Amino acid sequence: MYVTTDVDTDIEVTGRSSLDEFWVTFRRDRLALIGFVVLVGLALLALAGKAFTEWWVLFDPAVVRLSDRLLPPLTEASSVLSADKRPAFGIYFLGTDDLGRDVFARMLQGSFVSLSIGFVAVGIAMSIGVALGGISGYYGESKFLGLSVDNLIMRFTDVMLCFPTFFLILTVVALLPPSIYNIMIVIGLTGWMTTARFVRAEFLSLKEQDFVLAAKAMGLPERRIIFFHMLPNAMAPVLVTATVSVATAILTESALSFLGFGVQPPDATWGNILSDGKNFIFDAPWLFFIPGSAILVVVLAFNLVGEGMRESLNPKLRRR
Amino acid sequence: MGQFILRSLIQRLALLVVVSVIAHAVVHIAPGEPSEVDPTNPRMKPEDVAKIRAAFHLDEPLHRQYVYWMRDLVSGNLRSFKDGQPVLPKIWNRFLNSLPLFLAATLLIWTLSFPAGIHAAIRRGSGFDRASTFVAYALISIPGFFFAYLLILGVVNAFSVPVIGMRTFGMEDAPISFRAMDRLWHLTIPAMISAFSGVALLSRYVRSQMIEVVSNDYVRTARAKGLEEETVIYRHALRNALLPFVTMFGLMLPGLIGGSVIIEQIFAWPGIGRLGYEAILARDFPLILTINFFAATLTLAGTFLSDVLYAFADPRVRLNS
Repeated sequence: MYVTTDVDTDIEVTGRSSLDEFWVTFRRDRLALIGFVVLVGLALLALAGKAFTEWWVLFDPAVVRLSDRLLPPLTEASSVLSADKRPAFGIYFLGTDDLGRDVFARMLQGSFVSLSIGFVAVGIAMSIGVALGGISGYYGESKFLGLSVDNLIMRFTDVMLCFPTFFLILTVVALLPPSIYNIMIVIGLTGWMTTARFVRAEFLSLKEQDFVLAAKAMGLPERRIIFFHMLPNAMAPVLVTATVSVATAILTESALSFLGFGVQPPDATWGNILSDGKNFIFDAPWLFFIPGSAILVVVLAFNLVGEGMRESLNPKLRRR
Repeated sequence: MGQFILRSLIQRLALLVVVSVIAHAVVHIAPGEPSEVDPTNPRMKPEDVAKIRAAFHLDEPLHRQYVYWMRDLVSGNLRSFKDGQPVLPKIWNRFLNSLPLFLAATLLIWTLSFPAGIHAAIRRGSGFDRASTFVAYALISIPGFFFAYLLILGVVNAFSVPVIGMRTFGMEDAPISFRAMDRLWHLTIPAMISAFSGVALLSRYVRSQMIEVVSNDYVRTARAKGLEEETVIYRHALRNALLPFVTMFGLMLPGLIGGSVIIEQIFAWPGIGRLGYEAILARDFPLILTINFFAATLTLAGTFLSDVLYAFADPRVRLNS
């Protein structure tokens, strides 16, 4: 520890915790802050989507109304509809698609599905990455089948990095039976390599640091050292990667949808609404522009928040 | 140096073998076989399916199938399941189609992102910096095909740029200069679309790299010596900031295959990405596997190239470690 006597330099001596410190820097980045607000709003929207389309069906995304096809946004429902087919409030907020389904209801349902694809896929990727990276960094020297564990895991990571990711995802998703879980798992299984690499690097450097040596000297159990002392210190870059990876996963899903291997109906995701909408780009542009802009805004928010986090967590990039 | 090159070549060869084994296993173990592409066809009797499987060696154990694949690949006799055409010339032709697209996009990426990134880094926090940050993130965040469609809508009527295929039909007899211009004109929009996200990403890298370098002590020293700001930035900072980008040349090589599926699909570009997509649709295992093998080779060649380039560019790197 060093003592700072000189207060007018850029090093401020305050009693703030590192989380406060992070938040102060993060808040200064206006784009990241806007992104954060958008994400909070999106989380609420996704919950509302789950609630209103499944638990308490106010907006039913699956009702087909052949009398009300391709209506523009804010059109009132036609009077010939029977009562159980009328949309809530009698209005299509975002219009209808080629089967007369309420786009607003589909977007609501899709917000939850799209987000959960992003989060589950990234959850899988990060768990694998942290686990393999951690093992490789901490137990790297132990031997397995005559080779060091570190060597084995890192060579496997190299192997995985050789695959062209999107092509691999496409191949596996196309060969497997179409299911939303397969998509999540495949995106997750192909996205852990960079995480594993830098978690390993973090662990290798943390292992040599004084507080870890001290913890070892105190005779703390290994799992305590790993999970309470080392892992929290290695988490910062993982969180940044996770944030950006959610964005990538949502984009990957929409790209898969475009090629026809995305989430299959009746599940709506923003990706497959967009990819259905491209067939009506002239007749019903809202079917194309609404989901497209929604994906753009959300992915942008994830990326901006990720970048804001990266800048606030990296002292080298911190503004002076 | 020679020893390093030899060792890393051997290492990469071993990796390539492992990659091919895993890819082979994944493709063959996953459900869905070429014989099941048309399961509703009433004329497909079980004995026909068995005949197809026997013809493609699909009824044999996995390791034997791997050996067959490798043997045919090496001897150049590998044939597509779908049409019986030899696989390697097929891939080679499509590769030649993808190459101009890749080269044009790479050229755009490298010429646009450096000025943009350096400018943003030097004037950090300025209007240009913030605007370019935002635009870059918007370009990274937009779904590729959404953006492509928007651009097509905006551009086709305004400039009558062709957005389908590689050349205009019926121009085969035109003089070579006309044909070349026609090819270039067809290349414009697809190359731009594939370049956009690359420009966004790379200019961000350039920016953060420059910012990190500028905050180093030797840059402060250069300023303290009283050097002009121009000299400090372009002589002292930029040269050091450039180092990591030497390696990125190599790392962008695999984009030749993986990054092009969507673009080639949208613009009906008969390239290698689309060949792969068609192979996946047809469950054409030899073609899928060989394209994947090719992509892995490119990736490994890319990392190899970037290691060697880095060693040449940075005297601090010693290769005998």
